[in-house]
Amino acid sequence: MSILEVKHVQKSFGNTEVLKDITFSMEEGTALSIIGSSGSGKTTLLRCLNFLETPDGGTISVRGETLFDAGLHEKAGDEEIRRKRLHFGMVFQSFNLFPQYTALENVMLAPRLLSEEGGKKDEEEEKIREHAEALLGEMGLSNRMNNYPHQLSGGQQQRVAIARALALRPDILCFDEPTSALDPELTGEVLKVIRRLADNHTTMIIVTHEMEFARDVSDHVIFMDDGRIAEQGTPEEVFGNPKEERTKQFLSRYKGSTE
Amino acid sequence: MFWTVTLSLLEGFWGTVKLFGLTLIFSLPLGLFISLGSMSRVKILQYPIKFLIWVIRGTPLLLQLLVIYYGPGIILKNNWWGSGTSGRFVAALVAFVINYACYFSEIYRGGIQSIPVGQYEAGQVLGMTKGQIFRKVVLLQVIKRIVPPMSNEIITLVKDTSLARVIAVYEIIWNGQSFIKSAGIIWPLFYTGVFYLIFSGLLTILFDRIEKKLSYFR
Repeated sequence: MSILEVKHVQKSFGNTEVLKDITFSMEEGTALSIIGSSGSGKTTLLRCLNFLETPDGGTISVRGETLFDAGLHEKAGDEEIRRKRLHFGMVFQSFNLFPQYTALENVMLAPRLLSEEGGKKDEEEEKIREHAEALLGEMGLSNRMNNYPHQLSGGQQQRVAIARALALRPDILCFDEPTSALDPELTGEVLKVIRRLADNHTTMIIVTHEMEFARDVSDHVIFMDDGRIAEQGTPEEVFGNPKEERTKQFLSRYKGSTE
Repeated sequence: MFWTVTLSLLEGFWGTVKLFGLTLIFSLPLGLFISLGSMSRVKILQYPIKFLIWVIRGTPLLLQLLVIYYGPGIILKNNWWGSGTSGRFVAALVAFVINYACYFSEIYRGGIQSIPVGQYEAGQVLGMTKGQIFRKVVLLQVIKRIVPPMSNEIITLVKDTSLARVIAVYEIIWNGQSFIKSAGIIWPLFYTGVFYLIFSGLLTILFDRIEKKLSYFR
């Protein structure tokens, strides 16, 4: 069974249709890259998965459980949405770390609040801390755990944000252009971390402009154009042998700009 | 003579401090409710509150004191403040609380709206409730941002309390001025400035401390 199934998702902002009949699925332990030019709807699609936007039509299911059904959505309360959201983790382009907390506190905050609600705050505190420290260690930030965000470089901040998203053990981790806000010399350290997550078979959806990285790291690639999935397949298919004219144009523009 | 004046001014200053302190105690929380109302998506709540803020910020506090004190007697034929000293003090307090709550509400609103939407979204995708996002993520950032404008406004309040004497509320300037009539000297009036300076100086130090305390993050 696919871990994620998205069917006929549609979204408009006013009169502009941003997502048109989006249908795709992905398997557990794989990495999916979504590429396409700005305004093609990639980020909106990711935000729909995380319930930051509400689609106007379609369904979203994780492990066979329907999380969203446009026909029924009116009835879903805040509490229900909140619980469903936890299937997904989200890493933002602009990091969005909480400035008043250290790196470690940023990673621990959400698990702490959840265990507080479960009434097990004291028993779980140690476990939460160990997990957070381990995650930051994996991100290569063992010696930065007690720094505040403004004391960290952009690349370090983004790695804290990845650890923070992983701390809740989401089924699917989403990246929204994770390196677009970084100086070129800092993108490498973030991409390296994402690559390692892919090697460990973390289920991931990556919206990115880094074509070479998408080609290397993902098992499946979706090319979006004007709110539609114009083409999808393995990286070899999409990058090596694109069928659609739009895909060819898009990729050749990228080649032109990097060479 | 100097000690007589000092003692009299200290007594008047107690009136100033009382008005100042009570105004803060009531207007700080009231301002928060007003700011939430002015940001509300419910239009029948938002529009009247925006109208109130416009009226209060658009007219002199001096005038508001007079309207609130004399208004009930003239318009409703019922002077509910009574004619005693405490009635006048309460009327002045009400005018100050309404006035300062409106100014504070705009400072709160600016602070709340200056928090990037990404902070809320980061909280949401981490499964936090609205209440948790406000308390654990947004609140301290808002406080950090509003401390400088709040300290400005609060120091203005110290001096604004002198307006209360327009409805004969005893405060330090009232006492200072009384020496002109009773003893024919004007220096006690000028001397009141020293009290204001010391008080606002202490407040400045306090707010600097708070700002420093919150400077560990950006």
